[in-house]
Amino acid sequence: MSTALAVTTAAAAAETRGFLSPTGVEIAFLLVGVVTFGAAVVTVTTRQLVHAALWLVVALGGLAVEYLLLTAEFIAWVQVLIYVGSVVVLLLFGLMLTKAPIGRSPDADSGNRPVALAVAVAAAAALVWVVVDAFRTTWIDLSGPAAGTTAVTGASLFQSWVLPFEALSVLLLAALVGAIVLSRRTGGTDGSDGDRRSTAPAARTGSGPDPAAPDKEGAR
Amino acid sequence: MHLAYPAVLSALLFATGLYGVLARRNAILVLMSVELMLNAVNLNLVAFDVWLDGIARDTLHSGQALTLFTIAVAAAEIGIGLAIVLAVYRNRGTSDIDRLRDTAESGDDPDDAGPGTAAAAAEKAEATA
Amino acid sequence: MTTTTLAVLVPLLPFLGALAGLLLGRAAPGFVRPLAVLPPLASLVLAVLVAVRQGGGRAVDAATELTPTGSVPIELALHIDGFAALVAVLVALVASCVQIYSTGYLREDPRYPSYAALVSLFTSAMLLVVYTGDLMVLLVGWEAMGICSYFLVGHYWETPEARAASLKAFLVTKLGDVPFLIGLLALAADAGSFRITTVVAGAANGGLDHPTLIALLLLAGVAGKSAQFPLHTWLPDAMAGPTPVSALIHAATMVAAGVYFVARLLPVFAASAAALVVLAAMAAVTMAGSALAALAQDDIKRVLAYSTIGQLGYMTGALAVGDRGAAVFHLLSHGAFKALLFLAAGVIIHAAGTNSLAAMSRMRNLRDRVPDAYWTMTVALLALAAIPPFSGFFSKEAVLGAAEHTATGHTEGVPGAAGWIVLVAGLVTALLTAAYATRLWLLAFRGRGADAPDHGRQPVAMNAVLWVLTVPSIVFGLGYGLLPGWFDGRSLTPTFATSVLGTGAALVGGIVTYGAWRHTTALAARVPLGAVAAHPEGDAGKVEAEAIASHAPAYGGVASADDPADPGRLLLGPLHRHAAAGFRLDALYAVLFVRPVLAAADVVRFLDREVVDTYVRAAGAVPRLLGTAVRRAQTGNVQTYVSVLLAGTVVLAVAALLAATGA
Repeated sequence: MSTALAVTTAAAAAETRGFLSPTGVEIAFLLVGVVTFGAAVVTVTTRQLVHAALWLVVALGGLAVEYLLLTAEFIAWVQVLIYVGSVVVLLLFGLMLTKAPIGRSPDADSGNRPVALAVAVAAAAALVWVVVDAFRTTWIDLSGPAAGTTAVTGASLFQSWVLPFEALSVLLLAALVGAIVLSRRTGGTDGSDGDRRSTAPAARTGSGPDPAAPDKEGAR
Repeated sequence: MHLAYPAVLSALLFATGLYGVLARRNAILVLMSVELMLNAVNLNLVAFDVWLDGIARDTLHSGQALTLFTIAVAAAEIGIGLAIVLAVYRNRGTSDIDRLRDTAESGDDPDDAGPGTAAAAAEKAEATA
Repeated sequence: MTTTTLAVLVPLLPFLGALAGLLLGRAAPGFVRPLAVLPPLASLVLAVLVAVRQGGGRAVDAATELTPTGSVPIELALHIDGFAALVAVLVALVASCVQIYSTGYLREDPRYPSYAALVSLFTSAMLLVVYTGDLMVLLVGWEAMGICSYFLVGHYWETPEARAASLKAFLVTKLGDVPFLIGLLALAADAGSFRITTVVAGAANGGLDHPTLIALLLLAGVAGKSAQFPLHTWLPDAMAGPTPVSALIHAATMVAAGVYFVARLLPVFAASAAALVVLAAMAAVTMAGSALAALAQDDIKRVLAYSTIGQLGYMTGALAVGDRGAAVFHLLSHGAFKALLFLAAGVIIHAAGTNSLAAMSRMRNLRDRVPDAYWTMTVALLALAAIPPFSGFFSKEAVLGAAEHTATGHTEGVPGAAGWIVLVAGLVTALLTAAYATRLWLLAFRGRGADAPDHGRQPVAMNAVLWVLTVPSIVFGLGYGLLPGWFDGRSLTPTFATSVLGTGAALVGGIVTYGAWRHTTALAARVPLGAVAAHPEGDAGKVEAEAIASHAPAYGGVASADDPADPGRLLLGPLHRHAAAGFRLDALYAVLFVRPVLAAADVVRFLDREVVDTYVRAAGAVPRLLGTAVRRAQTGNVQTYVSVLLAGTVVLAVAALLAATGA
């Protein structure tokens, strides 16, 4: 499918300029893109849950390379730090804590799979058609000064976007508190884990979120 | 470079993530698929920002700023999402999405009715698509 | 105050008393008895004043139109002639007596406040009927009496007999009221007015287009209200109500309303010879049949009820021969002595603890327990049997005299056949009346056997009233010389021929019954029979309710008892069985009307449930099926929902794009 689309894309792009710029960055982009897409596909189809997380690392890493190729270097490093570094680790912890089976699990996909495939293919076809139809002649000029250096990004972030930036920090704080509230076990209503919490009833009631669920530290 | 390259890659990644969201049974795998979809959007944002920077229409770098925000929000989302999944797992002993059917019409056995209704919905979806 | 003002106050006072009684009944129980007794007494005084001022002279007419009512105006009108003035006095007198009597009779009844208010309301309605000069206003009072009667008959609603009786009374009288209403409207349409004076004047001048039709329609209502054949069956059953109610409503006043109505509109009826013959035949059948039935009843009050029907038959007979003076004369005297009979019967039932004559005939000394009731009832029974010089003799002779007058062809416009029918039936009934009166007296007061139970003296309120009513029962008949001045002026003096015939028939009836009783009474000791109330120490109302409730289980029927010592059984022979059951008229009605109606109801139910409802159910089933189909989509699986949602989104987006690009 991707090759067919690539052919379409190439045919569309060929009208004004060639597929390739003099620097040949397209070749690198296409190769990394294929790897990224392949890793993504494997992520959503593999029957081994942990493997899915690892293939996700490959896909996200590939995206970081694509950012670099698009001269957005700051974003690229942020991508590596946050996604590859922390999100995937978080996901792995989640898999562990929910006692996900290691090895091939036969029921990784739900019964909804045919519908999901139909919807996904339809969405992909529609999006690719629209995107190619709209941007077939648009050319990105990568030859000028880099658009995403740390200096440029920092300047715009702390001049034009400082207010949303601060608001975002509040959002993060709220998410932090929310995650703690959600994951600490409440009271004795839940019989399944009341026994595990019975060792520290005073701490639970007395001192707020600090002694909350032990998996919380790992999650953060 | 043609803008179509990153745009098409982004569309394909988005569709892949969509498939994962709709087809995966484990809630954590669904979260991974959501991350894929978010990253597809991020790629779009960065590519369009670079394009607009090149033709000097946008000096605010709003695309990249938004990308950073999206990444931060995504990090928060994954934290909250995992907390929810853990809470559900603790309450229900499972994190399989298709077994969390409290909103179903009562009277049906949720496990037995699943494939049949899914097939019916599939027919419906194909008919409309 | 003018006579008009006084006359307006007469019906208004009991109405206000009823309202106040209903409102204050719970809040201030101390006011209930004064509120019940004083308004009728005041009305009595005012009615007497009105009667004195009117004095049998020109009729007092007054009218006011509250609001325009279209082509035929309805007015609040008074029309007080000699008839109205005297009947109002009777109504107010009986109502006052009944209210006083009820204070003793229903002394401990928890529902006394509403009972007293309903009696007052009934009195007010009856007085309205008596005084009004407008047919629509008359209809209001007429229907108000009907509904009050329903409630009062059902006063002991704990007993199934009372419930059934109240429903029956209501339905049967309503059955007559429907043609009555149609007849009133037809009459007003013909005469162009609802005013009685206008209608009567129009009828006298031959201004009615359909006199026979109107008269027959009106007669249906009269037959229902006055318990004439064939709509009389409700009255004996209505004895399931308290005795004062029977005295007021089912003897003295309401049942007389029909007679009074015909008397007022007699020119309308006289315009149709056919209607008069029908009226005469109706009266004759009613008289003779009810007298036979009365001879077979075991319940003392049912005897009196059938006697009432018969006496009302005399009145309609008098109307059929065109003499309303005689009819109203008999109405007045009968109202007094029949009320007395009922009230005395109430005392006896209380004292004996039973309403069964068979049981009373096995009690010694009952007359010593209730001396007041014994003496007054003797007087009233003599009046009923038309023995001179009691009031019943004169009024009945007036009726028989009028019939003879007509039969011999001396009355203009009235067919002689009507006169003969009424005369013959009247003489036969006179004999039978004396017979059942004698039987009642002998069985109730000449019993042999165990001593009657002693519950002490009856309340003064009850005994005093009996004596008050005894006075008109004795002396009222002597007024035959004065009354023509109040009425139409025709003589009410007994004629020699009918007096001899009537009194002779009565004497024969009495003596024969006495002989039969002598013959049968020895059997009484051999067949023990009787049941008494479970709570003899309770007030009279409670004792009576228990007596009514226990009559059917104890004696095998509401009406009759299987008593060989009953002289009526010997006299009637094989007829006794049928007479006790009212000649099976109820069974006939059941076959003719009730069963067809029930069958029709079954058909309607079938059509409704099986035919009409099928469509309704089908209309419900289709959405239910659709709902089931839609419900199956609600799997609870979030992924399915999202899949369908996104598929729809894609379709919409593609459609929007195609539309935007004009493809």
